[in-house]
Amino acid sequence: MAPIKNISRRGFLKQFGLVSGGLLVASSMYGYNSELKIEGAEDFNPNLFIQLNTDGSLILVCSRSEMGQGIRTSLTSVIADEMDADWDRVSVKQATGNAIYGNQNTDGSKSVRLLYQTMREMGATTKAMLITAAAQYWNVPESECKAENHFIIHSSGKTIGYGALVPIAKTLIAPTNVTLKSPKDFKYIGKTLPSIDVQDFTKGAAIYGLDTRIPNMVFAAIKRSPVTFGTVVTFDKTEALKIAGVLEVIEIPRIAKPFGALGGIVVVAKNTWAAFKGRDALKITWDKGANATYNSEEYLEEISERVQNPGHVEKSIGDINSAFNSAASTFEATYNLPHLVHTPMEVPNAIAWVQDNKCDVWAPVQSPQTARKEVANYLDINEENVTINVTLLGGGFGRKAKPDYVVEATMISKAIQKPVQVVWSREDDIQNSYYHTLASQHLKGSLDANGNVTGWLHRFGIQSIASTFKPGTDSPQAWEVGSATQVPFDVPNMQIESVKVDAYIRIGWLRSVINIPHGYAINVFADELAFKANKDPLEFRLNLIGNDRIQDTKDPYKYETAKLKHVLKTAAKNANYGKPLPEGHAIGLAVHYSFYSYAAAAIEVSVVDDKVIVHNVNMVIDCGTAINKDSIIAQMEGAAIFGLTLAYYGKITTIDGAVTQSNFHDYQLMRMANAPKIQVEIIESDSKPTGVGEPGVPVIAPALVNAIFKATGQRYRNLPLSDYGLV
Amino acid sequence: MITLNINGKIHELDADPTMPLLWALRDIIGFTGTKYGCGIGLCGACMILMDGVAVNSCVLPLAAVQDKSIITIEGDTENLQRLQKSWQELNVPQCGFCQPGQLISATALLNSNPNPSEADINTAMSRNICRCGTYQRVKKAISLTVEQKNTK
Repeated sequence: MAPIKNISRRGFLKQFGLVSGGLLVASSMYGYNSELKIEGAEDFNPNLFIQLNTDGSLILVCSRSEMGQGIRTSLTSVIADEMDADWDRVSVKQATGNAIYGNQNTDGSKSVRLLYQTMREMGATTKAMLITAAAQYWNVPESECKAENHFIIHSSGKTIGYGALVPIAKTLIAPTNVTLKSPKDFKYIGKTLPSIDVQDFTKGAAIYGLDTRIPNMVFAAIKRSPVTFGTVVTFDKTEALKIAGVLEVIEIPRIAKPFGALGGIVVVAKNTWAAFKGRDALKITWDKGANATYNSEEYLEEISERVQNPGHVEKSIGDINSAFNSAASTFEATYNLPHLVHTPMEVPNAIAWVQDNKCDVWAPVQSPQTARKEVANYLDINEENVTINVTLLGGGFGRKAKPDYVVEATMISKAIQKPVQVVWSREDDIQNSYYHTLASQHLKGSLDANGNVTGWLHRFGIQSIASTFKPGTDSPQAWEVGSATQVPFDVPNMQIESVKVDAYIRIGWLRSVINIPHGYAINVFADELAFKANKDPLEFRLNLIGNDRIQDTKDPYKYETAKLKHVLKTAAKNANYGKPLPEGHAIGLAVHYSFYSYAAAAIEVSVVDDKVIVHNVNMVIDCGTAINKDSIIAQMEGAAIFGLTLAYYGKITTIDGAVTQSNFHDYQLMRMANAPKIQVEIIESDSKPTGVGEPGVPVIAPALVNAIFKATGQRYRNLPLSDYGLV
Repeated sequence: MITLNINGKIHELDADPTMPLLWALRDIIGFTGTKYGCGIGLCGACMILMDGVAVNSCVLPLAAVQDKSIITIEGDTENLQRLQKSWQELNVPQCGFCQPGQLISATALLNSNPNPSEADINTAMSRNICRCGTYQRVKKAISLTVEQKNTK
């Protein structure tokens, strides 16, 4: 158990923005870090907090960013449940970016997974202190007291509120051995809770980065090179300065770091519109640089040729070549997927205010500590002089884990000596981002006379995210290989290979990351093999996974094939798979394990006049203990739309290094008219909670493509489907 | 000087008449509930009601709204309030950023068509993009609002 202490009387509260007076309980879930040197906490660096005030109000600190996944609600509900607190008395305080909070990086679907146990212990410890306080107050044994909805109740029937107990509880030492609730007694965990921010969201009162306003701030738009890492040769600002509201035009250089600014010409103005107009009036000559040779569709063709020939062996079981040579039949296919970009509805933006040796930032960031470090490095000041105020995020999807826009705001504020908000236009967001890799994957399988799979070869080419951190990286990293090598197929001969691919634009992670291409190719190819073997795709897939066993992933989380099969079977059952369907309808299936969760989809389609119609999406997830069921269902519904969007329309291309698409007319997103009915089942489990935000996405595109094949006999191997005129 | 009637209150602005209403609301008057999403009238994040009809404010010059009644998400009209309640009941928003625009579109729909069919809802609401993918709940919340009115 992580150490939990009563810090009500300690001197370091101010550093966390906490006020003394109430009962303050803190935990140090990341262990003691001597480098932090928190004044007054030399023995203990707290990073998770509960503040209970004498009026009964309960303030919980959320150190992770809210971007629609409901984390401010989920994390706090865990503490409130163990504490037997009244949900209506709970409010959430958003932490600034600071290493004292421990890891704040909100990606990889891991917030709940990492914090769940400690948050429960925190809540239970606080409740135990309140029971002790009540027993002292009444002078009765603790065993006669119990907690219920913000009150301690004595067996005689008398009650006292949590707030009234604060003065006594403050004086107590936090107990070290507390009992956690039995899951059957959970009041909030595993139930449906409304989002703590839902009122603000619906009244237009929620403050995102873009909505933050501070006195005397100005607005800035930047013209960046259309080709990645191109540089300014000359620029003419005459026309821009004539626009009403434009204040000044400056140049900022590129900072050649993974999250550094791209550089460009900045128009500073009194309002966003004037900044955009001024930016459009600039005349700039670019040196496009080395990346101007990048034509992504031609390059994808080149990679799809490369994956036809042997590559670097990532994993090998048995002897793939002899399996192919002795097979009754073999089958092979190649799958090509283009670049994608995140397009959160709120574009990247940040306010920075550099004054003397300090800097204040207000920004929607998934990784506030990364932003803090980048700002401090740029200004060459200590991190403690940089405050990153984390606003609500209008969507993240991985884009806002890369704070290049915060660095831009800092550079401009330093240059103009004013608080400034940098606003990316939608065109900037689509054309100057960090992109999901393109991918070409070649799969080959062999079947024996009974239609069993005897060999499985998966050879893929992707641009590594590592190329953004170490330019020139042309091979996948371990975390870009696992979703192919860990596939638990009961096949005696398996080989996974990669080929070298270069990056000519910034490559970055996008919701579900490498699981999108791997989950796609594996699920579509398994479906193709089933038809080749003349077998039903569900039975074939269950046989391919084989006996119940634990797949060795060298990870503390167990990858259980029984759970993988169970989500697939459940999705099929919920979709009425195998039962009679309306004329022309067909169901496709897919299943994938990612972020330690098991997800499956069964998608029902028909194709009418050469256009695909998705009628139903059935999704099933096993994510261990479900914290907030409604929020998990919402994430699955969102994953279905995100997956359908990329399957229908998702395509970023470059010509001569510049991104071709620019706004929602040529980078389309799914709209309500195309959105199908989505049904979600969460598998009951008391295992540790695992990822929710990302695991739903990878199964959608393959289930769709498999369904279209079953309905039409046509196999569409490449995405997006709009390229075939199907949508 | 430009005179605007926003949520029943008169605002006098010294602004370029070609400036889209969106930026006057957000950067000059301080109503940030109306969002920027695309700037070219494709995503609906910036929707406002102009004389009861949903319009993309990012392509609506100030000159065109001078003698109109503008309602933003911060305003209150009967249908908007009822929709907000349903939105809360069904926990519609994820990140929430597009929801002001969704609510304004839905308000305009119910203003002109108190009993919309599913096809009517799809058509009206397909002007609004939600990257989080809340469409199913948006649709349910509109239906719930209609049902509640009809059972009263």
